[in-house]
Amino acid sequence: MKKVNVVKKILYANEKYAFENVLFFAEHKKLCLNMISSPGSGKTTILARTISDLKDKIKIGVIEGDIQTDIDARRISQTKAPVVQINTDGACHLSAAQVNAAIKKLPIKELDLIIIENVGNLVCPSDFDLGENAKVVVLSVAEGDDKPIKYPAIFAKSRAMLINKIDLLEGGMVDFDIERAKTDARRLNKGMEVFPISARTGEGMNNWYDWLTASVKSV
Amino acid sequence: MHETMLAQSLLATISEEAAKHNAKPVAAKISCGGLSAVNDEILCFAFEAVAKDTPCEGMKLHIEHKPLRANCRDCGREFDVNLSMPKCPECDGESFELLADAPLLLEEIELQTD
Repeated sequence: MKKVNVVKKILYANEKYAFENVLFFAEHKKLCLNMISSPGSGKTTILARTISDLKDKIKIGVIEGDIQTDIDARRISQTKAPVVQINTDGACHLSAAQVNAAIKKLPIKELDLIIIENVGNLVCPSDFDLGENAKVVVLSVAEGDDKPIKYPAIFAKSRAMLINKIDLLEGGMVDFDIERAKTDARRLNKGMEVFPISARTGEGMNNWYDWLTASVKSV
Repeated sequence: MHETMLAQSLLATISEEAAKHNAKPVAAKISCGGLSAVNDEILCFAFEAVAKDTPCEGMKLHIEHKPLRANCRDCGREFDVNLSMPKCPECDGESFELLADAPLLLEEIELQTD
């Protein structure tokens, strides 16, 4: 038997494409956000409303990741924003190579911001860097306020957290302690921005828009 | 679930290294950080499946999980982060700076020499 020292990143193939994507966004001076959440937290609704409400200020292009169907891409198309759908055919996350192919299909020069809607999954996408400037995690109140402590990796790696569906808190439809979720998420991530929102009613969306606008300007 | 993709990348990396030495790999040492979503049992199972009918078939994987490390801002101690209750074990301080998490690495492979 002979032992050979290797020390090589197992995901180097993904990282090679992620780095290409980083260079692409930097060269075009565009901000790219990677939006991650469980299925059903409201990512597409948040995106559609954000695109419509900011249409005179920020031009947004979208990359939609789903296991199957182009339902989300069609919903985004209704806002007139450019969108590219990626179907992963069973894979639980997007890879940097898929995003690399998708960004070339977007009219990049016309855009200020590219948002990648990752496959609905709070675990796997956190291990795959796509070359984004920042990750944004979405948590809806119906999922429970214990998620940041139960799924620490994605909350530790995200620059911002959107707590969606806060309209359900009125009338005690669900029990969710926003302060608990915020405190738990910030234990591992002191500087994390937190925006409680309802993409349905529009409540709290302005704070998210202000952060987005400032982030786009800072690129 | 993404362990299948990790297993495929791992298989490609090991095969490449083993080919350089023209020998059959029998074991590999892998390491990952505290924030990596890697389940040992699933990764080994997925690797067994993707390595079937390749020179890597039957290989043993040893997976080391390196803890996430942090520096306490209050007392300066560097410590392993307990993800379910992150605080400094020295002073109970909850203000700390996370250090870079260890990447997912293929550390070493063992080759058959006879």
